[in-house]
Amino acid sequence: MSALTLTLRAPPPQRVDLSALTPDRLQGLDQTAIARLPLQCGNRAIAVGDLFTVAAGAPDDLRLVGDCARLDCIGAEMTRGAVTVEGNAGAYLGHALRGGRIHVQGNADVGAAREMRGGEIVIEGDAGDFLGGARPGEMKGMSGGFVLVRGNAGDRAGDRLRRGTIIVEGALGAYAASRMIAGTLIGLGRSIGPYPAFAMKRGSLILLSRPERALPSFADCGRHDLAFLRLLLRTLKGRSPRLDALAARPPIVQRLAGDQSVGGKGEILLWQE
Amino acid sequence: MIINGVAIEDTFAEAFGMTATRLLITADAPEWAMTAAQSLTGFATSVIACGCEAGIERSLTAEETPDGRPGVAVLIFGMSGKDLQKQLRDRVGQCVLTCAGTACFAGLRDGAPLKLGGALRYFGDGHQISKRLDGRRYWRIPVMDGEFLCDDSVGTTKAVGGGNILILGASRPAVLAAAEAAVAAMRAVPEIILPFPGGIVRSGSKVGSKYKGLIASTNDAYCPTLKGQTRTALSPDVAAVLEIVIDGLTADAVRAATRAGIAAACARGAANGVLRISAGNYGGKLGKFHFHLREVMA
Repeated sequence: MSALTLTLRAPPPQRVDLSALTPDRLQGLDQTAIARLPLQCGNRAIAVGDLFTVAAGAPDDLRLVGDCARLDCIGAEMTRGAVTVEGNAGAYLGHALRGGRIHVQGNADVGAAREMRGGEIVIEGDAGDFLGGARPGEMKGMSGGFVLVRGNAGDRAGDRLRRGTIIVEGALGAYAASRMIAGTLIGLGRSIGPYPAFAMKRGSLILLSRPERALPSFADCGRHDLAFLRLLLRTLKGRSPRLDALAARPPIVQRLAGDQSVGGKGEILLWQE
Repeated sequence: MIINGVAIEDTFAEAFGMTATRLLITADAPEWAMTAAQSLTGFATSVIACGCEAGIERSLTAEETPDGRPGVAVLIFGMSGKDLQKQLRDRVGQCVLTCAGTACFAGLRDGAPLKLGGALRYFGDGHQISKRLDGRRYWRIPVMDGEFLCDDSVGTTKAVGGGNILILGASRPAVLAAAEAAVAAMRAVPEIILPFPGGIVRSGSKVGSKYKGLIASTNDAYCPTLKGQTRTALSPDVAAVLEIVIDGLTADAVRAATRAGIAAACARGAANGVLRISAGNYGGKLGKFHFHLREVMA
């Protein structure tokens, strides 16, 4: 069966919450029923059919075609299937994702993978600020699953990250891994914004380049050969060619422990050639 | 049944249900992985007094291990999951955690889990780091040469312990040479270990003793020096007997090892002083698994 394809007629005038359109929620609905589903656009309700042309197909293979930069919460809370965005995605992509796979061919806006618990998100372009973070007031960000950003990530990537793995192949903005609780954030780019791992409790921030400015509250623990890195590369093999290329490098990293200003036991692992 | 002049007795080996697990030990060099494995599986010949039975299954190439370093697979058998848990904690804690450059991974992932790193993590005194990768939890425990990397838990499986063969021969050197050949052939079989020194036991035992409180004592029926003194199982031409005990993850693995061992012993033949192949049992009442030698060799 072919994919259930929703093609954007025109970018909406206001932001639209798309959390109603996930493989879970579209099970058993035919083309007409899907076109009639209500969506909130700014302060008024519109139907899916007003926004998209609907081509019937398997809801477990949902495709969104067009510039979806104003469509927020794509794939929110989904547990199964795959969502492909053939264009840009709006804010809060994959909010509280539990399972399944989201693939964005363009960029994603602020708060992608926010409070994600499982599954996989791949963003071919850039991700906005607070990748894998938490809603304001929530104490825990992403707590499981895997995120790959092939482009750059904005500020505060991995804020309050609790568990799971995030790989950013491009640049990381300011304060990456801020307030991190646990989990792993890997930054493969050459440009690392200032003050990474601010207020980090635990967890690992793995970087290939030195940040432009570093916090003084991280203690240098020296250079070490960690078997853990070999295990990490083996488990993540095949997901990012740039990460796979590291297998040829000896796993010798400089370990910086902190953030000592909050009694943190996290680490920045600097894996330089 | 006679193979190459060696009589295969019409009897069976009686084996028991056990609980088993597999660990994968890696290190920077194969020698150090082997050192840790030998230490871990030392003093683990029989559950009678060692708490478990353990042995080296095989060496692993770097491609076969989770961290891409050379390693060794070991199998550990206990009478229950509880017994095995205590042995795992103590043996991995004293023999692998302590061994230079090693890491320890679960070689079985299914079945009732036992704690591995989950029991050893406290050694890190609060500096231990938990990492969850691909749904599995690992522990990084800081030690003086870096970090000890360890799976949080390991799976277990119902297994078979106490499969055996007895090699009867015309002289001690003849029986030892046949037993060595049998051990070499059996070690090539996957999913089994031979827990005794060099794979061979010379002190086969019977249940009970004339002494109160001793649960096992020498198998006098198979002691050549008592041939005229007790109800012997040995014919006048038998001068020595050696046993090979087999623990396996499955009955099929034990059967395959039994067959390989008998075939190798018989290959030396009557011409080299190998006279008969027998097996130890308790009349079939105690053990769940029976390996009839003639069926195994058929």
